[in-house]
Amino acid sequence: MNTATTPVRTIKARRSVFENIRRNLKTAPLTAWFGMIVILLYAICAIFAPLLAPYGESEIVGKAYQLSSAENWLGTDQIGRDTLSRLIFGARNTIGIALITTLLSFLIGGSLGVLAALKRGLLDQGISRVVDAFLAIPVLIFALMMLAVVGKSLINLIIILALLDATRVFRLSRAVALNSVVMDYVESAKLRGEGMGWIVFKEIVPNILPPLITEFGLRFCFVFLTISALSFLGVGIQPPTADWGSMVAESKSLISFGRPAPLYPAAAIALLTVAVNFVVDWFLHKTSGLRDGH
Amino acid sequence: MVTDKKRVKGEALLDIKGLKIDGFSDDVWNPIVKGIDLTLKRGEVLGLIGESGAGKSTLGLAAMGFARPGCRISGGSIMFDGMDLIAASEEQRRALWGSRIAYVAQSAAASFNPAHHIIDQTVETAVAHNIMTREKAEADARDLYKRLQLPKPDTIGDRFPHQVSGGQLQRAMTAMAMSCRPDLIIFDEPTTALDVTTQVEVLAAMRDIVEQFDTAAIYITHDLAVVAQMAHRIMVLRYGNLVEESATRAMLKAPTQEYTRSLWAVRKLQKPESISDDIALRIHNVDASYSGAVKVLDNVTVQVPRGRTVAVVGESGSGKSTLARAITGLLPPSRGEIYFNGKPLPRELKDRDKDTLRRIQMIYQSADTALNPRQKVRDIIGRPLEFYLGLKGADRDRRVVELLESIELNESYIDRLPGEMSGGQKQRISIARALAAEPEIIICDEVTSALDQIVQEEILSLLMRLQKKTNVSYLFITHDIATVRAISDEIVVMHQGKVVQQGPKSQVLSPPFPAYTELLLSSVPEMDPDWLTGLLAKRSKKAKVSA
Amino acid sequence: MHPVLRTVLQRLGLGIVTLLAVSVIIFSSLEMLPGGYAENVLGQSATPETVAAFKRDLGLDRPATVRYFEWIGNALQGDFGSSYSGLSGSMKRDVSATIAPRLYNTFFLAAMAALIAVPLSLLLGAMAALYRNSWFDRIVNSVTLTTIAMPEFFIAYILVYVFAVKLKLFYPNSTVSIGTPFVEHLYRAALPAITMTLVIIAHMMRMTRAAIINLLASPYIEMAQLKGVSKSDVIRQHALPNAWAPIATVIAFNLAYLVVGVVVVEVVFVYPGIGQLMVDAVSSRDMPVVQACALIFAATYILLNLLADVVSIVTNPRLLHPK
Repeated sequence: MNTATTPVRTIKARRSVFENIRRNLKTAPLTAWFGMIVILLYAICAIFAPLLAPYGESEIVGKAYQLSSAENWLGTDQIGRDTLSRLIFGARNTIGIALITTLLSFLIGGSLGVLAALKRGLLDQGISRVVDAFLAIPVLIFALMMLAVVGKSLINLIIILALLDATRVFRLSRAVALNSVVMDYVESAKLRGEGMGWIVFKEIVPNILPPLITEFGLRFCFVFLTISALSFLGVGIQPPTADWGSMVAESKSLISFGRPAPLYPAAAIALLTVAVNFVVDWFLHKTSGLRDGH
Repeated sequence: MVTDKKRVKGEALLDIKGLKIDGFSDDVWNPIVKGIDLTLKRGEVLGLIGESGAGKSTLGLAAMGFARPGCRISGGSIMFDGMDLIAASEEQRRALWGSRIAYVAQSAAASFNPAHHIIDQTVETAVAHNIMTREKAEADARDLYKRLQLPKPDTIGDRFPHQVSGGQLQRAMTAMAMSCRPDLIIFDEPTTALDVTTQVEVLAAMRDIVEQFDTAAIYITHDLAVVAQMAHRIMVLRYGNLVEESATRAMLKAPTQEYTRSLWAVRKLQKPESISDDIALRIHNVDASYSGAVKVLDNVTVQVPRGRTVAVVGESGSGKSTLARAITGLLPPSRGEIYFNGKPLPRELKDRDKDTLRRIQMIYQSADTALNPRQKVRDIIGRPLEFYLGLKGADRDRRVVELLESIELNESYIDRLPGEMSGGQKQRISIARALAAEPEIIICDEVTSALDQIVQEEILSLLMRLQKKTNVSYLFITHDIATVRAISDEIVVMHQGKVVQQGPKSQVLSPPFPAYTELLLSSVPEMDPDWLTGLLAKRSKKAKVSA
Repeated sequence: MHPVLRTVLQRLGLGIVTLLAVSVIIFSSLEMLPGGYAENVLGQSATPETVAAFKRDLGLDRPATVRYFEWIGNALQGDFGSSYSGLSGSMKRDVSATIAPRLYNTFFLAAMAALIAVPLSLLLGAMAALYRNSWFDRIVNSVTLTTIAMPEFFIAYILVYVFAVKLKLFYPNSTVSIGTPFVEHLYRAALPAITMTLVIIAHMMRMTRAAIINLLASPYIEMAQLKGVSKSDVIRQHALPNAWAPIATVIAFNLAYLVVGVVVVEVVFVYPGIGQLMVDAVSSRDMPVVQACALIFAATYILLNLLADVVSIVTNPRLLHPK
């Protein structure tokens, strides 16, 4: 678009996106660095699981309940599969399922929330009342009940949790979108005669993205913990898929014999959620500009 | 003021030397107050004036030995009646606060505890510091309410803060400050949040009581005309430095600094009035309401001639902003008609075609909310060009630069985000966005009231130059009479949803006035230290005559 | 009518409506299954006759509205019908009789955790707020941020590993029965109670801290300071009267959280509470039990939030003293 005939030079933005990120990273606190490194390691584990794991996901490599050895660093499980390999594959399964569920939940809850904030009126009233009723039932309890009705399966699990979590996402995205909708720049766009698409995607969405990204981190943790809890309770991700929640349940009897076997997968879950929380906490600090206490 | 000589007497009560205060932001300490000297004698009233960021509130609080969380006193000394407030312990300072130095905050509604009766909060310090018994303190409080001309002074204290009006609450806070008969009161913008007609009453009450008890005071404000009524001496602050200091009369007569003069910049602006019969927009007998119950607009008729400026003036709740919403179609009138170039305008926004929308543009009070913080100037100004005029790519950008030049910004601003510009520059971008549509009429809703005086003057001059160039009409909504004087050709005075008066500027601003116009105009503080005294004398004479 | 009373009644009304809406959701969850519950449980090979017989046995052949009113009417009187398990035989298990002792156990556990966690976290949260940015506050902040993110069973198994397996201070399993003496019950429920305390204390402290910091940032608190009011009086006279609403909200939110946390903790410690009952019923798809448990959990949750709102209403000076 910048031809020789135009007097306008395209003036480069003084700071590129990457430069901004680099500047922010420089000032990141230790906890945020820790969080980011941990998340990166988990991501590597999840993506390259088949390359990293010494054995296959459901490969039986020896006798059941073996102690740590040179071949099986963390021992074997109740039917003789390598615990370390299952942990590594677990990263892929557990994180992947939680991520898909959260994305689905944001797709549904987020778009309905923005729509309700923009349209107000009966549509907003209707969705909000239904969501209020759903919010009065704790997610874990509701998920348990629905799983009893429709039966345990991965698809059911993802759909149920995504729908339940979407009610929470709806509430937040509606609230932040409402903050943006009442702004004069939205009114100005309406007065200009802009259509719905422009107002949503050019005026509102860029402004609600930062809080929604932060919320995505927190919702992911919540979904991830709920899936793990359901798997631990035996109604979530089903065997033979390697998954941390189920691994805790499968090895829980070992703890009475003084073996910390259930602690490995449980720690794997805890470490990731702690890491995400550290990063989110830093993000909140950055975007709100609030140093609390002042 | 007659009492000037009598009151400026005795030894220094407050002596601040080389005071430096830092504030913590963006992970570093930045200086807010940069080495200020200040002395105050007993019974003297000192005005601290400055625009946003001048450090005047920080300095006022420091006079109590108090620094807000996130601020620290980094140098200098504060001596109050022989006591070093910086070296003093927390306990020693607390013993002074409320009893010998009192504070009156800007927002009375937020500064009163919602959970307690007004009178309990008024007497709290006196009772807690064992200065008076509760009975005596309460009797005294009622006396103070009376002196401050609060209605029903005997019972108003038994109410809760949310049960009385803002102006009354501000006076109640003055009574609270006065309860221990302090040596010094800090008034921190006490009338800024009030309407201009309420402001007069509160100012008069505060000045009276300070005079009655011979209390020294520091009066902080951004409004020179207000401080001229209250203070014997004025200090002008800017960016944490002292610009100028002198006696009130001397400063108003002969300010030595250019900056001081700029504090009444808008008042010096004068546009010659010009009348026209070529009506671009006519609002005819319009009613409007939000819920259907209360009419926010009641039979409003207003005409806007082509190429002229009509100022709509009124206080909060007068319906002046609702008028803008009715014209733009955001709040369709329940009755009446709006004609644009002689043709009726569709009531609803959605029924208007693109070209009609283009011809009526709007500029908002706060550019912070009117400009999308995530869009660059290129897109903010470029969008109406693309949307209405179909300009694209290089053509569009060239036009954006032309528009930037017409608002006196150069092309380097094209890739800035709103957050990277000053308040005045952002408001210029808003103007350019409106101009981009090549409109016939621009509705300006309090476009200068969030800006500092000197920036206001620049923006108003710019608007006038642009009008000359493009022959656009302005419907200029404001509460500020100085602005009205500066730019209007015609004036519409609104009160409680009704048009009180309408006509050419010269006619509306000269007598005879309808009652409300008179009240409104006379309540606007003038750059004359005797203005308030004169006004009160005139009003009480009138009251006597009518009684 | 006094505005406070009116607002409270409105809120109570809303609570009842919510409860009814939730009961409809819980009841109708069974109806939402494409093809129906019976077909789904019996599988595709089932003949129409078996499906019909199965439906008749469960009473599913009657219209849904009739069954709903029957169900909710009986539930209000404490009767949740018969369990599906053991249907074929003559031993029909009464759901209410199954739930009652377990409900007692769960409330016992939750109350124990709440009694430790609520005062402790309010105290620590208030201290962190009052001495904010001190080393105490910083430590509390990072520790709670860490524990907040951990799954309940991780904390539970660490406690089991350390206190039950290594130190042998407690039993790894908290089996109790109706005949268990009170003190013994306390002792056996100690480890799960500590787990739940740790889980909610972090949340609750952070929320208390935030609520109090928010309160202390009010202009009237600064005004009180500038009036020379002593530190303790600023807190007592000016902060506290306005603190009930936020504190009640914090407590209710966390107790509700605790109600959910109980499910996992009960399973870890094999504690015979309603949470474990529900998980077992989910596995065997014993719907009357699942629905009864879900209704009890949801009702507790709604009740807690209702309570917090009522506290906020009756302590709001603007409502207490209308214009």
